[in-house]
Amino acid sequence: MKYAFFPGCVSQGAAPELYPAAKLICERIGIELEEIPGWTCTGAGVMQEKNLLFADTLNARNFAKAEQMGLPILTICSTCQGVMSQANKRMTRDPEYLAEINHHLADEGLEYQGTAQPKHLLWILIEDIGLDKVTELVTRPLAGIRMAPFYGCYIVRPTEALDIEEHPERQTSLETLIETLGATVVDFEGKTRCCGFPILTINEKNSMAMVGKHTSEAKDLGADAMVTPCPLCHLNLDGYQPKAAAQLKRKVDLPILDMPQAIGLAMGIDPKDLGLQKHIMNTQPLTVKLGARR
Amino acid sequence: MDVTIKIRRYDPEAEQPGSYWEEFAVSVPDNATVLDALIKIREEMDGTLTLRCSCRSAICGSCAMRINGHAGLACKTALALVVDENNAITVEPAGVMRVIKDLAVDFELFWDKIRAVEPYLQPAGAEPEGEYIASNESMLHLSGVTACIMCGACVSDCTVLEVDPTFLGPAALAKAYRFTADPRDGNREGVSRERLRNLSEATGMWDCTRCNECVQACPKGVAPMDRIMALREQAVEAGFTNNNGARHTNAFTESVGHSGRLDELRLPIKSVGGVTNVGAMLSYAPVGWRALTHGKMPPIRHKNVENVENVRRLFRKLDPELAGPQIGRNSPFG
Repeated sequence: MKYAFFPGCVSQGAAPELYPAAKLICERIGIELEEIPGWTCTGAGVMQEKNLLFADTLNARNFAKAEQMGLPILTICSTCQGVMSQANKRMTRDPEYLAEINHHLADEGLEYQGTAQPKHLLWILIEDIGLDKVTELVTRPLAGIRMAPFYGCYIVRPTEALDIEEHPERQTSLETLIETLGATVVDFEGKTRCCGFPILTINEKNSMAMVGKHTSEAKDLGADAMVTPCPLCHLNLDGYQPKAAAQLKRKVDLPILDMPQAIGLAMGIDPKDLGLQKHIMNTQPLTVKLGARR
Repeated sequence: MDVTIKIRRYDPEAEQPGSYWEEFAVSVPDNATVLDALIKIREEMDGTLTLRCSCRSAICGSCAMRINGHAGLACKTALALVVDENNAITVEPAGVMRVIKDLAVDFELFWDKIRAVEPYLQPAGAEPEGEYIASNESMLHLSGVTACIMCGACVSDCTVLEVDPTFLGPAALAKAYRFTADPRDGNREGVSRERLRNLSEATGMWDCTRCNECVQACPKGVAPMDRIMALREQAVEAGFTNNNGARHTNAFTESVGHSGRLDELRLPIKSVGGVTNVGAMLSYAPVGWRALTHGKMPPIRHKNVENVENVRRLFRKLDPELAGPQIGRNSPFG
């Protein structure tokens, strides 16, 4: 299947391991990705608090370009997913608002018809491709690995924007995927809470408290690793885990995987090609346990 | 319908107080609410079960509690819609607030925060002859937020309050917006400005993580987080920009407006007020060093998207003040 690819800024910036890992597994699965030309940031919820119209117009611009390509949108970032879904709801349920936005897009010869249905790779695997296909490609099941799912916020709330009522399976999609890969799910309270990333530069103490709480909770339940569909969560849970652990005055040492990396590991792809060495938290105990590396 | 209600109980007068789970098997009509089942348990099975309830119609706001881990009104939640494959649910007291007994929590923290935002109209200027007049149009957008029944569901599930009880929180901030956006309150001078100034301080509007828990939990569609976002817009517009939150949202918008994408290297630096903030720069150093040595650093040279002129044109048109006349030339993001 072919998709209009929306990678998001972080997968090409501070989470440089995500983009190649996602491309690798999509190739194996047979998902063809064509990047939306000149796509812009979704605003990540930040621009929305400054200037909602500008932010929504930029999202409509991305949607209009995908419509021109005639392809459904695939993203690998939960935050992008949530922000795009919310923007899309605002526009499609209010024709006057959409007309106002299209008026601004007309300068560039673009018009958004309202047909985009942006979807995260996680949902696409379950709803479009089918997990049987993934199971087929699992050559190195993550047997014996205890994996904690971390959804974060944007891919689970608000449920109305994300069509959760029509797709209740989305609420357990990450657990379903973990089981498909052969690992054991470590269920924990913090899995749908905030990672703290959005307030990192505003209230670092609270942000670190969130990282510490979630990672230590999963660790204490025996998790070997945590997996997340959100690169922003990954940045905080991985990059800031040493700082968070210091604030908690304890050791945590929990490897955090980007969702495509976990899939890639189960498909037998070399951890290096998946960029596991780029993480701040050492992933070697995990890969050794898995037998992917001595 | 035969259901199993698993309740997290707590009795402060027990010999060894501590919370524990207790299961009740109860038979209720198919259209029963969670509250119907709890009342049946209290009346027929265990008279010591403590919970608050009154109207049974989602008006009084007494019965907010966590159902299957998330806050909601017991009287507004249909059992049939929330039971699992074994016809079971979990019920716990609301989060964040101190548990008094079983499902009843101490609302002191909730009211302290509401009181802190001075939740009453403070009109500026001379008193009018008759009543204060506000046009229909100017009040319509407040109808959502005035629907708040102070049930505390948003406070229960707030992801920030969970780690920091000093945060003003969703209910109080939404309540504050109800006044800063009321045309009769200070008219953008004096009182309203003062409100926005105070709310821009630490523990105020900028401490919200935008996690949407409160939007999801609110049984009345108040969408507290959306009100907090509106407060931020008001505060920035009123010129209260000397804080990391306001700098962050401005710098983010500038970055995307100028280049189409986020410049992750420069954004945090601009958010803390620039490289001259030595303390913040030093605190970034270890994280930056770890990122650099693991090949995780964002690109030093931030690239523009193709046909960036189209993005800049929208920026100029839709946010002329922030875009400024020099957009694309002396851009702070190169």
